[in-house]
Amino acid sequence: MMIEIDGLTKRYGDKVAVDGLSFVVEPGVVTGFLGPNGAGKSTTMRLIAGLDRPTSGTVRVNGKHYPSCAAPMSELGILLDARSVHPGLSARNNLLALARTAGIGRRRVDEVIELAGLAEVAGARAGGFSLGMGQRLGVAAALLGQPQTVVLDEPVNGLDPDGVRWIRLLLKSLAEEGRTVFVSSHLMSEMAQTATRLVIVGRGQLIAETSVADFIGRAAVGDVLVRTPEAACLGQVLAGPGVTVTGDGTDVLRVSGVTAEQIGTAAWQAHLPIFELMPARASLEEAFMQVTQDSVEYHAGARR
Amino acid sequence: MSAALAPAPAAPIPTVGRPVTQLRVIRSEWTKLRGLRSTWYCALVAVVLIVGVGAAIAASAKTGGASPALSGAAAVSVSLYGILLAQLVISVLGVLLFSGEYATGMIRASLAVVPSRLPVLWAKLIALTGLVLPVTLLAAVAEFFVAVAISSARGVAAISLTDPGVLRTVVGSSLYLSVAAVIGLALGALLRKTAAGVAAFAAVFFVAPIVMPYLPHSVASIGRYLPSSAGGSLWGQPLVAHPLGPWAGFAVLCGYAVVLTGLAAWRLRRCDA
Repeated sequence: MMIEIDGLTKRYGDKVAVDGLSFVVEPGVVTGFLGPNGAGKSTTMRLIAGLDRPTSGTVRVNGKHYPSCAAPMSELGILLDARSVHPGLSARNNLLALARTAGIGRRRVDEVIELAGLAEVAGARAGGFSLGMGQRLGVAAALLGQPQTVVLDEPVNGLDPDGVRWIRLLLKSLAEEGRTVFVSSHLMSEMAQTATRLVIVGRGQLIAETSVADFIGRAAVGDVLVRTPEAACLGQVLAGPGVTVTGDGTDVLRVSGVTAEQIGTAAWQAHLPIFELMPARASLEEAFMQVTQDSVEYHAGARR
Repeated sequence: MSAALAPAPAAPIPTVGRPVTQLRVIRSEWTKLRGLRSTWYCALVAVVLIVGVGAAIAASAKTGGASPALSGAAAVSVSLYGILLAQLVISVLGVLLFSGEYATGMIRASLAVVPSRLPVLWAKLIALTGLVLPVTLLAAVAEFFVAVAISSARGVAAISLTDPGVLRTVVGSSLYLSVAAVIGLALGALLRKTAAGVAAFAAVFFVAPIVMPYLPHSVASIGRYLPSSAGGSLWGQPLVAHPLGPWAGFAVLCGYAVVLTGLAAWRLRRCDA
């Protein structure tokens, strides 16, 4: 019960969207899928759903070749983007049309409508929906068959804080039920809260396949942040070979090369007051920026 | 945290999705077709065109349903000329059934739940025919009785459904429209764009028959094998006898539908969605 991707390559003409990608998405945890724009995330998800054919390599969903699955909706639920619905059909009919292919009845359709918070607009045409409501409808569609594996491309796009929280709890509970949950997002802070494992790609290639904790831990460089009203004096006290002190003009210094204990001791000996002393933890965003800097497809201003 | 994989669940994970069958996909496509307003607008306009134009022709012809020189069946086919307008509306319905999904992106959802893909094409074909055939048949029969009523009110001898060729003409007009709808569907699947699909249909069904007679004779003779001319032999074209005869002509029309549907199936199966 997992997604196995092996040597996956997809070319569109002479443009390589996915380039020899191999990774495994395990069940039971939420796996985040990160990468700069144009890194091949959406293409990979289309390949998982069998919408595009790989140029080479294989994708297996729950150990099977997805297009040959007998009961696709119980194997894989996918949200590709919010515009995978027919604007002329009501939310309920959009869901019902998909459900019918798998013999899923109205009761389950009403269940996912309720779950997605769409009960009041279920009869309204999907064309009039906001981005957020369209997103909820797309997520509802992905959940229809209670699939073993759930793949969501940018599910929190356009959602209000309430919706973001809903997605977070939903993904975690799906994973707790033992399902495989694979989700891409641009919101790093959101991903840090939701995902346990990470697959990071750039320019169609795998950059890292790791856990969120390891990934952030590896990026942290052991800096220490010190808040003191005597920033300039403390900087001089700490200065020495192998020690870097950077200040930004406020009362906070970023120090590398010495431990928090050494800084505290040195400050006490120099009679300098310290208000805060803490190891700097890299955020997922910082870790991500470090790792993907080389592979960012379109650097801002690169076209100049 | 690095080894945070959850333990395997004790019980199998509950799922509700059952195997995809052709019948289920047909129900799915019927849900879509029925749920769209455009479906009912197209059907309504087609019915109004068939019955309305027929009534107008019956009311305005010199001596009722048609000129006295025409046989019963020919008079009926003249009064069914609304078919020529209705076929455009019906074909738009067919084209939209596929191109609408490509335009809105719903095709991705549709093919993700039926990854073997071809059942979607067959289901659309069956749902579309299941709508167009009865609706146009009812319209053609209604038009027949309306035209007969108007003609007899004007003192023209009544034509009966049992007169030679009359039933074939009435039923044939509905068969013709159903196959035209299928051709529209296939063009929509093949070209994926509404404008392209409708333009292709109009070029073959409306423009080509007008242009063909002006081309050199060797080319012009092909004109009678155009889908509209060949298929028209089943229900109309009373003024020019068709060399193929009604059913062979209709078979030619069906041949176009089969070839285009085959191409559409090939593209749907082979190409990225």
